[in-house]
Amino acid sequence: MEFIRFTKKGIYCIPGKFYLDPWQPVDYAIISHGHADHARWGMKHYLCHDHSKPILQHRIGATIAVESMGYNVSKTVQGVKVSFHPAGHVIGAAQIRLEYKGRIVVFTGDYKTTPDGLNIPYEPVKCHTFITESTFGLPIYKWLPEATLQKHLHDWIATNQAQQKTSVFLGYSLGKAQRIMKLLEGVDAIYTHTAIHALNTIMAQAGVPLPETTLLSPDFDKKAVAGKLVILPPGLLGSKLLKRIPNAATALCSGWMQIRGNRRWKGVDAGFAVSDHADWNGLLTAVKASEAEKVYVTHGSQATFSKYLNGIGIPAAEVVTSYGDAALDGTPLTTDTV
Amino acid sequence: MKDFVSLINAIEITNKTTAKIEALIAYFDTASDKDKLWCIAIFTGKRPPRPVKSSWMKHWCAALVELPEWLFLECYSTVGDLGETLVLLLPEPTHQIDLSLSDWMTAIIDLKSKTEAEKKAFVMHAWSGLQLQERLIFNKLIGGSFRIGVSKKTLVNALAKRSGIDANQLMHSIIGHWDVHALTFEALLEGQHINYDNSKPYPFCLAYALEKPLLELGAPDAWQVEYKWDGIRGQIVKRHGEIYIWSRGEELVTQQFPELVKALTDFKDDFVIDGEILALKNNSVLLFNDLQKRLNRKHVSKQLLEAVPVGFYAYDILEYNAQDLRTMALEKRRGYLETLFASSTLSECLKIPPVLRFKTWEALHSIRDGARRLNAEGLMLKQKESSYHVGRKKGDWWKWKIAPLTIDAVMIYAQKGSGRRSSKYTDYTFAVKKDDGLVIIAKAYSGLTDKEISEVSKFVTKNAIEKFGPVRTVKPELVFEIAFEGIALSKRHKSGVALRFPRIKRWRRDKTVEDIDTIATVKRLIKAY
Repeated sequence: MEFIRFTKKGIYCIPGKFYLDPWQPVDYAIISHGHADHARWGMKHYLCHDHSKPILQHRIGATIAVESMGYNVSKTVQGVKVSFHPAGHVIGAAQIRLEYKGRIVVFTGDYKTTPDGLNIPYEPVKCHTFITESTFGLPIYKWLPEATLQKHLHDWIATNQAQQKTSVFLGYSLGKAQRIMKLLEGVDAIYTHTAIHALNTIMAQAGVPLPETTLLSPDFDKKAVAGKLVILPPGLLGSKLLKRIPNAATALCSGWMQIRGNRRWKGVDAGFAVSDHADWNGLLTAVKASEAEKVYVTHGSQATFSKYLNGIGIPAAEVVTSYGDAALDGTPLTTDTV
Repeated sequence: MKDFVSLINAIEITNKTTAKIEALIAYFDTASDKDKLWCIAIFTGKRPPRPVKSSWMKHWCAALVELPEWLFLECYSTVGDLGETLVLLLPEPTHQIDLSLSDWMTAIIDLKSKTEAEKKAFVMHAWSGLQLQERLIFNKLIGGSFRIGVSKKTLVNALAKRSGIDANQLMHSIIGHWDVHALTFEALLEGQHINYDNSKPYPFCLAYALEKPLLELGAPDAWQVEYKWDGIRGQIVKRHGEIYIWSRGEELVTQQFPELVKALTDFKDDFVIDGEILALKNNSVLLFNDLQKRLNRKHVSKQLLEAVPVGFYAYDILEYNAQDLRTMALEKRRGYLETLFASSTLSECLKIPPVLRFKTWEALHSIRDGARRLNAEGLMLKQKESSYHVGRKKGDWWKWKIAPLTIDAVMIYAQKGSGRRSSKYTDYTFAVKKDDGLVIIAKAYSGLTDKEISEVSKFVTKNAIEKFGPVRTVKPELVFEIAFEGIALSKRHKSGVALRFPRIKRWRRDKTVEDIDTIATVKRLIKAY
């Protein structure tokens, strides 16, 4: 198939001699975005989007060899034309387009098709071969319009504040936390955990406009935080820090919260399906817009989604990858992928 | 119905009983009289018969959203709840219907006499006029079961806290016969339709687990020793010809055990007795697993009554013909109990289990070891002088349980749970070695922590052989220590043995599939006890 091969180390470009989001150390890695299951440690050379560069340096190491470029700019590696296109997932997230001898392959990494007011919106890219994620590849996953979702969050805060409760949101440091900040902008003071604050600083330096927030320092003033808004990484659910927040009401923000069983499992006070991944319709729209002859489906509901695509006349196959392992992003649960 | 939807959401999201009670009180503070009555009716299982089959709802939805059946089933097995699957698949609402809970219930009752086409039109109209969460409640009201995290006891505690009326009286009130249309909320709570004096139970006297050597208990003849039966603790109240059975959880369970009620009517006297509700067949005690089939059922079928007959082993008497005996010494109370049972021609299902005879503490060890053969959990040691305490008091009553049997087995199948556990693989099948392969030995659903379940679940997702449907075959790799209460030869099981009440004792991360037990070593356990 084409000039791409799925290997044990990752998705390999044969003529280009590089890998896309490899999960084992290689010489040349092209990285779709900064989440830990896609951007891993140990590559001799990294190529990523300009906004992902400081994130990789922060998360993997300041001394890594990393090269970056913007969206819709191309670079030729061993005769393969490589370009990045907005994936709308998190800051710096790119679909990776490869062109070789007139044939085009697009690897989506993770993506979201609807604009979130924070990231550069997803842009469909036409290709011959489309390698798509499928984290939420079941028709039960249908995200609410951004305005409705925002209203739900604001209503929840209002209820909490009426009962003198502090609203604590749990979401990943990279991407989800900033998305929550955007959704909460202007409601009340927002406090963010150190890990989130560090990424906010990096993004601000990269020129991404973010809502105003305050660092939740380890010895925070309980009185100041009471009744306000706090954003923590999900790993802190049940932590001492969370217990110190006065009268906290907790909400997990993740696409998995769409299902009641998941909300109840977590033992939180609320669960909001805030996702940075495409929902069922988003995935279908993206596949159709790519006009690809062949679709490869990676992490998530790969078996179901590829079977469905074949059923509606789009040749598809599933691919086993190591993406979607949220343990890498600081929590031990598979179902916690952003 | 919005207030009822918020109530359900508030109840569902929390594990804390206090938060559930708060939410219930908030609802009772604001809801209309009729809505409150319906709420209580729904939570206590007094629902009108379902007018629409769930299979119809499934078909209507699948046709509407144009999904192939396999994909619909895939969604169902991910969500784990049909009503919720429908909610998530249906298109956005196009209008907004605002009806109260009682309006909906009236409409649902009226539906019964309608044609299938009329029913379909009603359901479709409701689906397109309700928000997601309202839709879910609607689906639950119209079809299927309404299982949410509120026990009758929690409901009663909320009502008691709000009204100041005694919780047990309220339990009797809401369990008793009443009709939403025939009384007011206040009248229901005040219990105008019942006579609480006839049902009023006593608090149970509880025992501690024995944690010291028997020798320290003093003279053996100061103690009354009985088997500790593995059923559910119950208190039978018989006053003025009326019979009530209370469970340890202070729920009225009278209707669940018609054969007991029938047998108790043979008594002339009034009394309150304490004992164990057990599955009892041909004079022997069945397993707790069997008894479980009889619990929490609204209707008990004839078949089930025959398959799992229930009996009562009485071990104490608290009241005899209106006289409170609780301060009397156990030895004397036992006398009353024996006289009471001697005076009636007893049906087979009512019995006073024998007091065990032993001379030395030494001898008691071997008696305890034999308890398993009778499906008992161990022994109860009660001071002969002890009165019937309220709650737990250290020193007078001890429970002395037998240690469970254990084996090491490997997990080979996994299935998702239901309700709160529907997002995880929580139900496992285990195997032991047989010749060069494996043979299924048991299924178990409990024993792991939430964190461990998440980890196992992740392993299952990664190592599953099937891709579709609810059951996953996994690589035999994870080893668990399985505890069980008994073991017997069985022709129905491929392994040739049946384990009683198997559950996961712990995850043996230190062991590999090479280290698990063989069927031969498992069979040796049969002889061992």
